[in-house]
Amino acid sequence: MGDKNIRLKIKRQENAASEPYWEEFVVPYTPGHNIISVLMEIQRNPVNSKGDKTTPVVWECNCLEEICGACTMLINGQVRQACSALVDTIGTDITLEPMSKFPTVRDLHVDRQAMFEALKKVTAWIPIDGTYDMGEGPRMAPKDQEEGYRLAKCMTCGCCMEACPQFNSHSTFLGPSPIAQVRLFNLHPTGAMHRRDRLETLMGEGGIAQCGNAQNCVRMCPKEVPITKTLAELNKDVNRYGILGLLKK
Amino acid sequence: MATKNMYTFFLRRLHSITGVLPIGAFLAEHFFTNSFAMFGPEVYNSKVEFFMGLPYILMIEIALIWIPILFHGVYGFYIIYTGDASAFRYRFARNWMYVLQRVTGIIAFLFICYHVYATRISGLVTGQHVSFELVQRSLQNPAILAFYILGIVSASYHLGNGLFGFFITWGITIGEKTQKVASVFCVLVSAGLTVFGLAALSYFV
Ligand code: HEM
Repeated sequence: MGDKNIRLKIKRQENAASEPYWEEFVVPYTPGHNIISVLMEIQRNPVNSKGDKTTPVVWECNCLEEICGACTMLINGQVRQACSALVDTIGTDITLEPMSKFPTVRDLHVDRQAMFEALKKVTAWIPIDGTYDMGEGPRMAPKDQEEGYRLAKCMTCGCCMEACPQFNSHSTFLGPSPIAQVRLFNLHPTGAMHRRDRLETLMGEGGIAQCGNAQNCVRMCPKEVPITKTLAELNKDVNRYGILGLLKK
Repeated sequence: MATKNMYTFFLRRLHSITGVLPIGAFLAEHFFTNSFAMFGPEVYNSKVEFFMGLPYILMIEIALIWIPILFHGVYGFYIIYTGDASAFRYRFARNWMYVLQRVTGIIAFLFICYHVYATRISGLVTGQHVSFELVQRSLQNPAILAFYILGIVSASYHLGNGLFGFFITWGITIGEKTQKVASVFCVLVSAGLTVFGLAALSYFV
């Protein structure tokens, strides 16, 4: 590697309403850096490449092991987690930007509320609260558990949303991951009690029909959630429920 | 639960069906019937007479061809508007195909407008419907010939790759391996249609 410095170009933004601007930083190279530790170096010594004192760059992080999704950002133009982006693999010329599909709060920190709203919309939970004890739930086949587990690995990081051409400011599409979560909760024997409601939501505005099959979601998902397979499966469910269901009217 | 607006869902599903039936089927049929040109002008012109002499021909055309294409095309433009192509950033084959599906749709739309005007509407106006000689004469203009080649290639790609999406839309190809097989099949459909369509065209030049 030979290079003694890590050069960063960071797209910064003071607050949600202000204009973004670029600022460059130089951080001395030491082995084993990831993007988070480089950002911590800037935080420790907030001086830009021109030698001017500046505000420390703001970002979000939490688990530091690609489990929580909080540090998702564009690294050299590609959406991924900062914690698992190692300088020794990606090189010392690094561009950082906040995700473009979510409103910027400040610098690299974005507001991913849209994903949580979408999860609420599709009832991505199992409603069991009531006024009396409903007893034990039914057992679940191990095969279904396995499939569910692969979907449950979703950490709502936003990679699939950022890479999806159909999720943007002039489309109502709910996005790949919230839609895929429907299958997780429909798969569960107790969750299946609200199966129809979820499928109806997927037939509604922003629903599954707005997928464009670009399949970037599954390619960019860091947790290898089988998003495209799940969406195809849900297409089948929704068609059967919504279109064949018309015959029952 | 609040009542949900399901128009988008049914319109998208209708868009998907119309792409294959009747439009896709008509595209294949159209390449086939135009291949009669390989037997020469007389045979070709007699086939044109046959189709033009079918009972209710104008109504059949309007119901099974014009309205479906108009719907698929106009709604297709709306779908294109709702997307944000990102193939330069995320350079995956499928992502490029997503972009190409839209580009070829637009080209097909422009071509079909010209083609229908030149070979059908103008005939309705003048009473002199299309013939081998008329097509042959117009193809002597290299710009028109190039537009035909572009139109045929675009429509062939659009139908082949459209089938890949169609199989997913209808929950037919679900797993990763199945989709891989489908993508090979769809490339073959696109290539086959291209050859088939260009062969039909070649009998006129
Ligand atoms: C030669 C005539 C045409 C044929 C045979 C055709 C066929 C198809 C097929 C089979 C699909 C796949 C449907 C699915 O994903 O389920 C499709 C999709 C599409 N078509 Fe066409 N089409 C034609 C013309 C057009 C035109 C004129 C436009 C207008 C620009 C257009 C725009 C689109 C778009 C945007 C899609 C993608 C839809 C999506 O992602 O859901 N097509 N077409």
